[in-house]
Amino acid sequence: MDFARAHILVCGGTGCTSSGSQKIIDTLHEELAAHGLDKEIKVIRTGCFGLCALGPIMVVYPEGAFYSMVKPEDIKEIVEEHLLKGRIVTRLLYEETVSDGSAETKSLNDVDFYKKQMRIALRNCGVIDPENIEEYIGVDGYAALGKVLTSMTPEEVIEVVKASGLRGRGGAGFPTGMKWMFTARADGSNGKYVACNADEGDPGAFMDRSVLEGDPHAIIEAMAIAAYAVGADQGYIYIRAEYPIAVSRLRIAIDQAREYGLLGKNIFGTDFCFDLDIRLGAGAFVCGEETALMTSIEGHRGEPRPRPPFPANKGLWQKPTLLNNVETYANIPQIINNGAEWFNKIGTEKSKGTKVFALGGKIKNTGLVEVPMGTTLREIVEEIGGGIPNGKKFKAAQTGGPSGGCIPAELLDIEIDYDSLMSIGSMMGSGGLIVMDEDTCMVDIAKFFLEFTVDESCGKCSPCRIGTKRMLEILEKITSGRGEMEDIDRLEELAENIKQSALCGLGQTAPNPVLSTLRYFRNEYIAHVRDKRCPAGVCKALMAYTIDPEKCKGCSICAKQCPVGAISGEIKSPFVIDREKCIKCGVCMEKCPFKAISNK
Amino acid sequence: MKSLAELEAIRNKNKNQVGLRREGEGTRIVVGMATCGIAAGARPVLTAFTEEVGKRGLAHVTVNQTGCIGMCRYEPIVEVMAPGKEKVTYVHMTPEKAARVVAEHIVNGHVVTEYTIGANVEQ
Ligand SMILES: Cc1cc2nc3c(=O)[nH]c(=O)nc-3n(C[C@H](O)[C@H](O)[C@H](O)COP(=O)(O)O)c2cc1C
Repeated sequence: MDFARAHILVCGGTGCTSSGSQKIIDTLHEELAAHGLDKEIKVIRTGCFGLCALGPIMVVYPEGAFYSMVKPEDIKEIVEEHLLKGRIVTRLLYEETVSDGSAETKSLNDVDFYKKQMRIALRNCGVIDPENIEEYIGVDGYAALGKVLTSMTPEEVIEVVKASGLRGRGGAGFPTGMKWMFTARADGSNGKYVACNADEGDPGAFMDRSVLEGDPHAIIEAMAIAAYAVGADQGYIYIRAEYPIAVSRLRIAIDQAREYGLLGKNIFGTDFCFDLDIRLGAGAFVCGEETALMTSIEGHRGEPRPRPPFPANKGLWQKPTLLNNVETYANIPQIINNGAEWFNKIGTEKSKGTKVFALGGKIKNTGLVEVPMGTTLREIVEEIGGGIPNGKKFKAAQTGGPSGGCIPAELLDIEIDYDSLMSIGSMMGSGGLIVMDEDTCMVDIAKFFLEFTVDESCGKCSPCRIGTKRMLEILEKITSGRGEMEDIDRLEELAENIKQSALCGLGQTAPNPVLSTLRYFRNEYIAHVRDKRCPAGVCKALMAYTIDPEKCKGCSICAKQCPVGAISGEIKSPFVIDREKCIKCGVCMEKCPFKAISNK
Repeated sequence: MKSLAELEAIRNKNKNQVGLRREGEGTRIVVGMATCGIAAGARPVLTAFTEEVGKRGLAHVTVNQTGCIGMCRYEPIVEVMAPGKEKVTYVHMTPEKAARVVAEHIVNGHVVTEYTIGANVEQ
């Protein structure tokens, strides 16, 4: 009998794996065996729980005890106390679950990080063993595929997806049902394909990786449903080789699905046949763009081509192809199981359902969050994210990565959906959400994203290849203190031209980070250009280290630390920095016990 | 996969297992596993409950442990908590009694009165 009275779920996502969760699993097995508990307690390696900042994470059921930042040394105590004697080791729990005074611990669903979340795409992440198809089936997995194949026509499936209001989670937000309909209508007599975009090239984003690591069967099931709806019999998942855990779990999942007859011929005893293969990408950002992605799957260099024709008509090998993002697919089985109306009730008027965000940057609870569309940025940053660390102030949040823009503090109460973000000059993008505090220079951030696009531009069209490079040169000029006021106008003009003339989405959106920082933080650009000053104290060339004579006690620590002897003065009277000699290393500022030195 | 029935069978087999990981629903069987409980033989009782629940594939039933509840002379003590029902406390439990509690109380809803603390207080 393989029934276990307790389950220990250990996060095997990329985050927790790099903070040592495999060692935790090994130690658990050893300790459980040593106490004769290995038959009655099961250890399960799951996907991501979301609270990556506190990894490695381990949850013990049935109690639901949430241990965070677990160390291998802690395991013996947890096994002996909690698993043997039933005494939860409160000291090692995630502190927010330990309610003050009472012996009862708080349910995970009541802690700030999870309270406002709603898990649809991430439903099974951190709950099931992604390497065991039976666990997925145990949580109603493949029921939607069964339902579709045995009781619905392809047209009915498309109607449900349309009525759900689901829009593409890969960035552009195109209505998924419409895309399915166009692909279904295209002539597939020479073949038709479905494909999954798991390239996830947006720096800082890891939603898709987490879904694939935590719930790979959901994607396989959804792609089979999509294939049935549009009339395809072969699918491809395009995933970057930089995601080794996700790739390996997908491989296992595909093999298991074949073994159980959920991929292959005559699925559920019907005429429907479908199989799936993985194609590895080398990690170029442009390969996430749909036409480049398909060119890459075909075995050519990943370069985009003009649209139309759209993939729905001419995709892989010139045949109609349906391409959707990982998270888009992750919603499908549940829409089929729970109905379009259920999904349609979640979210805002034009954006239905939930969105997963990879929350990063200057935020306490770095991790993965899934919230209903229409949740405000403030709720995500302050409540779920736990606010900005070290008592700093929120300055801006960047969504949409290198194609998106920043949202300033005045707009913190914006209800996030596709259209609201667009209207303020940012975009949903794939779901990266980077929080910036007062120490962030917005010109520097714009430069960072532009460096990324310049690097990642495939070079096929000149607006992107040359234009973004020229924009970057102007930004470099500004941040090094050589900017002129006309440079700001030039930036804007170039930006508009590139937006209009670049071949693909990469170039068309590359100027967005510059345009949106110009829109909300123009004063910072002006400070750099006119006053030769970086208000956040980031741009090195513009830094000027000075000692505040009011605060300086004349202790001479700075002078002793300065590696180039640029600081002088007499003990007990204010010291001064020689600007000519100063190399702006910042050591003096760091060491001053009286905070008398500033660089702004 | 040849049919929905086949999928259903796999689901039923696994539902129970995965169901353990959803919080706060269903019936809880709580075995006292402090030193006093273990000394009085709580371990085989816990194992017996686990096996019975597993064998019968009882979804929504979990087997938990707890520490000492302060009535050490009645150990092994087992509490059964079903949603909407009053807590039932069984005392001096054995693996055989555990099997009967699962069959009569958990499955059929009839409390095994003779094992409860109420019936054993005077002893
Ligand atoms: C430069 C560039 C990079 C992109 N990267 C991705 C990506 O990593 N993942 C993704 O799903 N879509 C990406 N897209 C969007 C895809 O082209 C496409 O719109 C999307 O995969 C369609 O799926 P959806 O309708 O489900 O969103 C990218 C687009 C551009 C222009």
